Amino acid sequence: MTTDTTTQGGAAVAPAPGETVLDARGVTMRFGGLTAVRDVDLTVNAGEIVGLIGPNGAGKTTFFNCLTGLYVPTEGEVRYKGAVLPPKSFKVTAAGIARTFQNIRLFANMTVLENVLVGRHTRTKEGFWSAVLRGPGFHRAEKASRDRAMELLAFVGLDHKAEHLARNLPYGEQRKLEIARALASEPGLLLLDEPTAGMNPQETRTTEELVFAIRDMGIAVLVIEHDMRFIFNLCDRVAVLVQGEKLVEGDSATVQGDERVVAAYLGEPYEDAPGAEEVAEVEAAEAGAETTAHAAPGKEND
Amino acid sequence: MTTQTTAPETPSAPAAKAPAGLLPLPEKAARGLALGGSALTVLSTFLAWTWTADFPGDLTVYGYPGGLQVLVLIGALLATLLAVASYGVRGLGRLVPAGPDAALRFATLAAFATTWYTVLSISSELGGLVNLEPGGILAAVASLAAFAGALALPFQRPEPDPIDPDDTGWEKTKHSLGHTWQTTKAVFAGGAPRPVGKLPSYAEILIIVAVLALGLTVFTYGIGTEYDELFIGFLITAGFAFAALNKAGLIAQASQITARHQNITVCGAFVAAALFPFTQTDDQYATLGVYILIFATVALGLNIVVGLAGLLDLGYVAFLGVGAYAAALVSGSPSSPFDVHFPFWAAVLVGAAASLVFGVLIGAPTLRLRGDYLAIVTLGFGEIFRITANNLDGTSGPDITNGSNGISSIPNINVLGFDFGNQHDVGGFTIGRFANYFFLMLIITAVVVLVFRRSGNSRIGRAWVAIREDETAALAMGINGFRVKLIAFAVGASLAGLAGTVQAHVTYTVTPEQYLFAGAIPPNSAFLLAAVVLGGMGTISGPLIGAALLFLIPNKLQFLGNYQLFAFGVALILLMRFRPEGLIPNRRRQLEFHEDAEAPTSLTKAGA
Repeated sequence: MTTDTTTQGGAAVAPAPGETVLDARGVTMRFGGLTAVRDVDLTVNAGEIVGLIGPNGAGKTTFFNCLTGLYVPTEGEVRYKGAVLPPKSFKVTAAGIARTFQNIRLFANMTVLENVLVGRHTRTKEGFWSAVLRGPGFHRAEKASRDRAMELLAFVGLDHKAEHLARNLPYGEQRKLEIARALASEPGLLLLDEPTAGMNPQETRTTEELVFAIRDMGIAVLVIEHDMRFIFNLCDRVAVLVQGEKLVEGDSATVQGDERVVAAYLGEPYEDAPGAEEVAEVEAAEAGAETTAHAAPGKEND
Repeated sequence: MTTQTTAPETPSAPAAKAPAGLLPLPEKAARGLALGGSALTVLSTFLAWTWTADFPGDLTVYGYPGGLQVLVLIGALLATLLAVASYGVRGLGRLVPAGPDAALRFATLAAFATTWYTVLSISSELGGLVNLEPGGILAAVASLAAFAGALALPFQRPEPDPIDPDDTGWEKTKHSLGHTWQTTKAVFAGGAPRPVGKLPSYAEILIIVAVLALGLTVFTYGIGTEYDELFIGFLITAGFAFAALNKAGLIAQASQITARHQNITVCGAFVAAALFPFTQTDDQYATLGVYILIFATVALGLNIVVGLAGLLDLGYVAFLGVGAYAAALVSGSPSSPFDVHFPFWAAVLVGAAASLVFGVLIGAPTLRLRGDYLAIVTLGFGEIFRITANNLDGTSGPDITNGSNGISSIPNINVLGFDFGNQHDVGGFTIGRFANYFFLMLIITAVVVLVFRRSGNSRIGRAWVAIREDETAALAMGINGFRVKLIAFAVGASLAGLAGTVQAHVTYTVTPEQYLFAGAIPPNSAFLLAAVVLGGMGTISGPLIGAALLFLIPNKLQFLGNYQLFAFGVALILLMRFRPEGLIPNRRRQLEFHEDAEAPTSLTKAGA
């Protein structure tokens, strides 16, 4: 039942450039009293690479999880090609949004090829009986899946390692395999969560080329990253998330020039007022500490 | 005694020492000793070992070996063969693709351990060493000499770790013990076997047939051992001889060949299993065979749930029970409240369907849980089934299962006039009741193996493994985790139900007490899980072998009595410590060890 909606969502239907693929409106995510993401709007258009940056703990990954159905946003809605996203992550993938994870989450004890074949799950529908009875349809579908998976492995440059265990791949190749696995679900939008974390500059550059190539396949890309050079080289638009709120959105130059962004990263005070207040506070506290220290040495007054 | 002379602790010891053996003997003398000792052991098995026939197996005869002597003879023959091969004799090199020395050590150990076990149990049972004839003493001395010779063969010693001068005495002791352990491991470490070349396919098939024939022979011998000593001797010899063949690289080569002809191997294995009743003269051991087969089949079904989908199910035996009860209720038994007598095919369908429904009913609420919680809840449901069956007796509830008396006098199956309860003569062989059921059960096993193989290697099987590996990532790849897990649960349940329908007829009676969580008699949930873990998760042959061992060992070692479960626990702990992947590691694990980039484990671990 999940499969009928998928073919429309797949990349096979090339989206018209400029068409809105992802439309998040007023997304708010609260965990008890903590508001991790507050009222964030974000759109991604077909053929676009959009970056999402922000300091650690800004809520980027939480926002990602809202987009992929791992979390259901407390408020707001996320639309993919006009349809509101279902609240289950496997249905989101079936609808056409695929993702990678910040900490690589491959199926470590499966081979490289099998990992990609798992990614094909939503685009095939052979069930248990088909597997046991092994009719001609089963063999056809299996062969098609394998061919497609090998194509994708060749695309990321891992086809010579198809029979290796995923756990035995070096780090950079594991990242690539995760991308290949996500692509196997034929997404219209690919979400990359820190794809270059822990990579050396050379590997970062190949990843950059890979992302461009994915864009050229007609897949929109939304990428979280801390590597600013990578982000500003790559992205058509960049959104900055600070403390759960979207601060700025625009092209590289706008974002790089925005002093609030710089402040968010470097921790400068926005205005003088809190700075002066703090100084006064600290002085008062020190004075108080001195007097109390003289008066009652063991007393804790904080 | 193997370890006291080792452990050169001083860190300043010369780094590049010539490889030497554990015992200080020149290599030539050591090799000669191993060969001579083994050959002499072979000879000694033809002599009398004791003077009286009181010791079971009659070891008093000159001229031919009997009982335990046969086992010693096999071990010693293997050792002799390997010793000759270790001289580099042309043609015998094929026997030891991974180098002869480690294999020789294990083979001599097999002969030595079996001989000494025999000699010691003769002495202790008959009261003293005086009961030994010269033949027994000769065997003991010769096998010891062979083992000593094998130990004196040179091997690659691990480098001792440098000692931290700040270490306390206890830490130093630990350190030296650790090094001793490394050395001991290095003594028995074998080389990597060279891959087997492409043989003509008839030759490869002949090898497969030979391997299967060997397996059948070993199994038949083990199942037919008539007294405790013989079975223990069998375990010792078989265990060490298997280790010797493994170190020689033959097991690896055989598994490569069988991997090339998987279908032939599977068919051959079924033919070999089907030949088993023909090797038996009466129905006594066929009984064991059919019980093992039931146990193994259910374990294989559990392997889908645990090994593939990674769902720890501690109440699996309940599904066997549901199938058995369902079949018993429609079997026409006088104690069944339903006065119906279904033909067998219908009973099978009813049993499997009942288990399926039960599986889905249990799975639907519980499969939303992960890991430990699922294990606890399934454990609970397993007990609920048993207690419910106990209470549906007409007083505590409606009269369906006849309470703790169970459903008894279940008639034998009759398919197209073939009565499973009667003896039949097939080509001069008498096929008794249990042998009939053995064949029936073999068909069920074949169905389970087919389902396991085909579903495991398909879209649904990959989804199961993906869920096991990382559920969150699997969901993000579009796998409907709940649905896929429910399918695994339902498939596992109906396969167990299938086996249950036959079990009901084999045992005549179905009672709630057959379906415990843990008990001394398999199958119960704990033993089923143990069979899967012990044999190797995610494999086909693993649970089959694990189940056979777990059934045979308690059955043959009756003298352990109340200590059976204790011994079982100790064995399981040891296995998990030394071979966590199970007796038969699955293909993925093998692949893991075949990576060229990986250094040999003995080296990497020595550095740690």
